[in-house]
Amino acid sequence: MVQWSAEEKQLITSIWGRINVEEVGGDALARLLIVYPWTQRFFSNFGNLSSPTAIINNPKVRAHGKKVLTSFGDAVKNLDNVKGTFAKLSELHCDKLHVDPENFRLLGDILNIVLAANLGKEFTPSCQATWQKLVGVVAHALARKYH
Amino acid sequence: MVLSMEDKSNVKAIWGKASGHLEEYGAEALERMFCAYPQTKIYFPHFDMSHNSAQIRAHGKKVFSALHEAVNHIDDLPGALCRLSELHAHSLRVDPVNFKFLAHCVLVVFAIHHPSALSPEIHASLDKFLCAVSAVLTSKYR
Repeated sequence: MVQWSAEEKQLITSIWGRINVEEVGGDALARLLIVYPWTQRFFSNFGNLSSPTAIINNPKVRAHGKKVLTSFGDAVKNLDNVKGTFAKLSELHCDKLHVDPENFRLLGDILNIVLAANLGKEFTPSCQATWQKLVGVVAHALARKYH
Repeated sequence: MVLSMEDKSNVKAIWGKASGHLEEYGAEALERMFCAYPQTKIYFPHFDMSHNSAQIRAHGKKVFSALHEAVNHIDDLPGALCRLSELHAHSLRVDPVNFKFLAHCVLVVFAIHHPSALSPEIHASLDKFLCAVSAVLTSKYR
């Protein structure tokens, strides 16, 4: 089981409380699709993804980014049972969505960059380390039910 | 992965923000890497790892100065990084996975200091550039 120190939990919940989930989620997903264009393969029904501008302004991208990050919030609220929290989602991503788990790691890294851009120096090295651990734990939980 | 004309111009634009801060940003990227990926410290057993240590600052300056050279010779990365490729292959032998960790921390440093300059397009180009540099530095490993 993942162990979180009191300091780590504090860093996670305090940062989470300060971010605009809709904005950060939308930015993170848009950046994923722009920086790693092969990830667009999962969103062929999202309409216009033909340029970075199109992606950034695409309402489906923004909505889906919000949905993904909102779901990420479930991990924040259940730090002591991230695996259990994401068991069903893991099955979904494997059986129905057919998403390569590497994408969870890519999105996790992008999320950290977006947090850094939003928080500036407040995203200290130990803050970053804690959030790198969190995105790794989430990625692992989402990949856990793959078969 | 090939750098387009636009990628090269994006990299030069964002890299310009680092001029005058090579030591500061280099040290910060290293410190973040050592903090988020503690296994990377094994390559520096002799380092004083305290915040802002002279060794971290000196090494950060070295790394960012090398990246600066790479940006200035972006049309010929293998040529510009030839000596460093040899060094990493035969002497340093840093496992290839670690270049990704440092590259990520370089991006985080730019995001923190220049959030509005690191647009998604610039972010993509800088990420590609750092991948290209990593590929050159590991190209002689085997």
